[in-house]
Amino acid sequence: MPSLAGASAITVPDFALVVLIGASGSGKSTFARRHFRATEIVSSDVCRGIVADDENDQGATPDAFALLAAILDLRLKNRRLTVVDATNVRPEDRRKLVETARRWHARCVAIVLDPGEEVCRARNAARPDRAFGPHVIRNQMAALRRGLRGLDREGFRQVHALRSEAEIAAVTVARERLWTDRRDEAGPFDVIGDVHGCADELEALLDRLGYAVTRESRDGESRYRVVPPPGRKAVFVGDLVDRGPRVADALRLVMDMVEDGHALCVMGNHEAKLEKWLDGRDVKVGHGLQASIDGLSAESAAFRARARRFIGGLVSHYLLDAGRLAVAHAGIKAEMMGRASGAIRGFCLFGETTGEVDEFGLPVRQNWATAYRGDTIVVYGHTPVIEPAWLNNTLCIDTGCVFGGRLTALRYPEREIVSVPANRVHAEPARLLGPAVGAQAEADNLLDLSDVSGKRIVTTRLLPSLTIREENNAAALEVMSRFAIDPKWLIYLPPTMSPCETATEDGYLEHPREALDFYRREGVRQVLCQEKHMGSRALIVVCRDEDTARRRFGVAGGLGAVHTRTGRAFFGDARQQDEVLARTGAALAGSGLLADLDTDWVLLDAEIMPWSAKAQALIAGQYAPTAAAARIGLHALADALRRAEANGTEIGDLLSGTTDRLGRAERFAAVLRRYAWPVTTVDDLRIAPFHLLASEGQVHADKPHAWHMGHLARLATADPLFRATATVAVDLDKAVEVEAALAWWLDLTAGGGEGMVVKPAGFVARGRRGITQPAVKCRGREYLRLIYGPDYDTPEHLARLRQRGLGAKRSLAFREFALGLEALERFVAREPLRRVHECVFAVLALESEPVDPRL
Amino acid sequence: MFLSVATAHRPATDLGFLLHKNPARMQDLDLGFGRAVMLYPEANDARCEFVLTLDIDPVALVRGRSGSEGLLDQYVNDRPYAASSFLSVAIGRCLGAAMGGRSKERPALAQTKIPLSVTVAPLPVRGRPDLVERLFSPLGYAVEVTRHPLDPERPDWGEAPYVTLRLSGTARLADLLTHLTVLMPVLDDRKHYFVGEDEIGKLLARGEGWLPDHPERDLIVARYLKRRGALVRQALAQLAEAASEPDAALDPAGQEETEAAIERPLRLHERRLDRVAQVIAESGTKGGTLRVLDLGCGDGKLIARLIRDPAIAQVVGVEVSSAELARAARRFETLPEALHRKLALLQGSLIYRDARLRGFDAAALVEVIEHVEPDRLPHLERALFGDAKPATIVVTTPNRDHNALFPGLPADRLRHPDHRFEWSRAEFAAWAGRVASDHGYAVRIEGIGDAHPDYGAPSQMAVFSR
Repeated sequence: MPSLAGASAITVPDFALVVLIGASGSGKSTFARRHFRATEIVSSDVCRGIVADDENDQGATPDAFALLAAILDLRLKNRRLTVVDATNVRPEDRRKLVETARRWHARCVAIVLDPGEEVCRARNAARPDRAFGPHVIRNQMAALRRGLRGLDREGFRQVHALRSEAEIAAVTVARERLWTDRRDEAGPFDVIGDVHGCADELEALLDRLGYAVTRESRDGESRYRVVPPPGRKAVFVGDLVDRGPRVADALRLVMDMVEDGHALCVMGNHEAKLEKWLDGRDVKVGHGLQASIDGLSAESAAFRARARRFIGGLVSHYLLDAGRLAVAHAGIKAEMMGRASGAIRGFCLFGETTGEVDEFGLPVRQNWATAYRGDTIVVYGHTPVIEPAWLNNTLCIDTGCVFGGRLTALRYPEREIVSVPANRVHAEPARLLGPAVGAQAEADNLLDLSDVSGKRIVTTRLLPSLTIREENNAAALEVMSRFAIDPKWLIYLPPTMSPCETATEDGYLEHPREALDFYRREGVRQVLCQEKHMGSRALIVVCRDEDTARRRFGVAGGLGAVHTRTGRAFFGDARQQDEVLARTGAALAGSGLLADLDTDWVLLDAEIMPWSAKAQALIAGQYAPTAAAARIGLHALADALRRAEANGTEIGDLLSGTTDRLGRAERFAAVLRRYAWPVTTVDDLRIAPFHLLASEGQVHADKPHAWHMGHLARLATADPLFRATATVAVDLDKAVEVEAALAWWLDLTAGGGEGMVVKPAGFVARGRRGITQPAVKCRGREYLRLIYGPDYDTPEHLARLRQRGLGAKRSLAFREFALGLEALERFVAREPLRRVHECVFAVLALESEPVDPRL
Repeated sequence: MFLSVATAHRPATDLGFLLHKNPARMQDLDLGFGRAVMLYPEANDARCEFVLTLDIDPVALVRGRSGSEGLLDQYVNDRPYAASSFLSVAIGRCLGAAMGGRSKERPALAQTKIPLSVTVAPLPVRGRPDLVERLFSPLGYAVEVTRHPLDPERPDWGEAPYVTLRLSGTARLADLLTHLTVLMPVLDDRKHYFVGEDEIGKLLARGEGWLPDHPERDLIVARYLKRRGALVRQALAQLAEAASEPDAALDPAGQEETEAAIERPLRLHERRLDRVAQVIAESGTKGGTLRVLDLGCGDGKLIARLIRDPAIAQVVGVEVSSAELARAARRFETLPEALHRKLALLQGSLIYRDARLRGFDAAALVEVIEHVEPDRLPHLERALFGDAKPATIVVTTPNRDHNALFPGLPADRLRHPDHRFEWSRAEFAAWAGRVASDHGYAVRIEGIGDAHPDYGAPSQMAVFSR
């Protein structure tokens, strides 16, 4: 009830629209400054000044109020208490303000300042800039007093009228938290689904959750004494009553827990209806409510009174744990959380309905969760489902206990589902339980363009905010749409890799000393040198069986996918992919890896050889012809030079220069041959996996590379298709180990081997400035001919090639690393596909940055 | 790259006067993109051979060109080695006087046909293997072509795309050099510099006296001008006037098996676009209010038809490729303001849900679905039929049955390299029927183009409505 009484102490919600109402000169601005922060006040005078450089320019009034409305809208959207300092004396002045407050579910508070007409007139007279006639004040006063009684009808939940200078000066203004706002409570919580009078099952569930529940007699009333596990608290999603056999006990148990501080409870639609019955109002008594009436009728009047008080005190929802968790009966939208309004209450009780009814006569529900994009986890009940399933960060835990299903709890923050079966079918459902399994998969069937396009800021665990430019996203959209595989399989894209610093050693562009020095400078002591295979990068995601693929990835048919570093299908021939997947799955199972990791699926990062398997067109169309052209032309030239020399023409060192070039072209050809062999069947391929990136529930970025290599080596023993990768662990403080690594590299690359990758021994390592490069490569001297051309290592070319900048490449590598791991973390946490896709898409977008591709 | 020119004219060393290069010593010239070296392996009365070789700077080749022609340009390529437009430029710069038929010491000899032989190695040849003969034989040379393996140690890799060319015959040196400078880049079918309008003048000057009547004239012109349609047409028109046969066909000879080339005799695409525009315009009940989507609008050929139709109030072109979209925007830059107001171009993808595409009366997908991977078609179906839900949807796609009638198309090939599939009439009908029933549309199918009794029309169209 709004109070019209003069007040010496005003308490306003900490999120509210406070409208100051008073004639010109009534002291609104002074009042506002005394009781509110400067940023909380939106003043029409200040807005006039902003748009017209003159706070008294009445001609600027429409624009000033447009600005005021815009500021108010944004502040309320951001859940900021806002004070409107304008005369606001007419209802039409206030209507727009109240509408804005409604849109953002802010409480409306009116504070009327009425020091009397004389005071206002005297104050205005003292201010030369306010040269308007006495009638203005008089009219304002009249309008104010006329509208006073209608303020509650206009939507003001509190009206405070201060009727004298003394009253205005004496009043205090305090803030109070909204009841729904429990962000200070961090849990851990056990959120419990719709009980519906199933007290037996509730007692069993609490027992399973570790709550000790005993019953005792207190003050002649039967009471529950509950001892929760240390620090934990239960949160009930409402609908404690109706339908089930022990409504009174269910109520009693929850009331006692709430009273003793061991539980929170939000209002369910069944409580709302029972409240009306308890108040003696006319309600249609159906089968469900009858169970409550019967149960409560057997209890004492005192119990019923206590129940009435309890239900009367239930709030629509709670926002908990610094805003990370929201609990509401039927769900809640992001912009409603931690606020209070009739609309919020309605939504929380009944969810969103289309206004239509289905074939069972029940309201057709709009699935608000499919459109939910918030970061806050929403746990709710109301709509019985067979099994709880995450959808866009929301979880329905009403598993229809009263209908013979289960009573379910979500342990938070563990995200663990705990449930007990119903003892029996207590009530017949009006419609079949909805198939919640696959709800996310169903929603994931269509990604939304607005979730990936435009300028985006992606938050990752390793890098707090990563900006992806709009034009990069445009490029990624084209690649993703035209060439990428089904996004459901595309849960990761690998980062690019920077080479080591350019070598100073004679004849080398890259030398392992630089690679090792890089990590030494970063302060990383233990590194792993890993043979770099010259093939094509491949990501292999493979499931134990097609059922896992359907259940975990939402893809019908197929065991997985093999894709390239840009998300394209690795194999043009689907049968080859099927065979590789089947053999990978078999090797994973046969080697015991699936069992050891307790998983049904695995994501591997690998190199598939030969290079020619994927790059045949490049080899036949570009690389081999280069060698051939060099060979043909230089042979002809060398022959001509020999004849010229024989004839006595002075040709300087041209002949030796030409034969040197010919020699380098042949070495180029030799390197090329090494990486090209014919592939007709899968048996001709070699797969060298080097990262075991993720499996069920785990992203293995927390394990050292040695762990990855050790596990993956087991595949090679299971199937000759797989190749183990040679590695050397190096302690950079031990000169012997460093020298051994250098020798190892020289040996590896002498015959044209690609070189090595140096990684910090741990997967993610901190360097001088936070997380350091996940890897740097050091490529062999002969191999680099394929990258920079046959003649790259002649002194005159090398000198220029050494001027290469690594900064852009390293920055990309680092950002893509953070995004890739974030994509996996999100997938493993069963976040919606759009959240995984956001990161994968961002990697692709970054890859469209122009960077020297030879690096 | 290697060019040798030899003569048996006596005294053979007169070649030095014709070339303005002293047979006794080696010379070199810095050309910016590399160094030309000239010398004589043999110089006596009976035989004189001149050699020009180019040492291209591969590092400079890459620098400053990043992104200009795709990233692969930055990788290893044959340009430092293959006889290409670089060599043509080098001939012009090093042997300009000889090419112009000028000789201070032997002016008469410069205008005389003398026995000459030429070696070019390696000469890149793109296109049919007999192209070298077809280009040089009509000019009176004896042509000898030596082919090379791609890699002598890997016979399975097949032949290299280069030959060693030997020409011999009796000719003016200037003519021979001119023929080489024009025809080497034509065989290579690439140029290292931008081809603009001034290139036409160069071609006409160099082709004087032989190009108008060359049997491969059209191919030479098309390739020399990098297939830039407007330039090619202009050059051919001028050459036709000079040709002895009065009205030669103006048909640039593209050798690639592009979709357009295969379907060209039918002018199929034009008919397809006309028909789709007609169906869309007729889909509205009230004139002048239709809002239409062209999904996968490419460079805007269908939009150009729709935008002028008074029955249509708004056309939104959606295309995933930024480059195509930019081309479309350029096409419509000059559109009258009143029509331009009807047009919007958006980058978008058909396999993402897109709220901007809701609420339209009609949508066209002309030759679009066959560019979508089959496993992502369901996404397109959900986004278009399930979410955007225009009242009318027109989808066209090739009819694979009809491919049997295309002479240039092998049985296992599709009409375009980016086609992910091509459907028979039965497959298309099955897909359209299922999609229509899944999403509450009615559908009818018709052929586009002249129908064959057995294989049907070359293209097929489904019109969905709800």
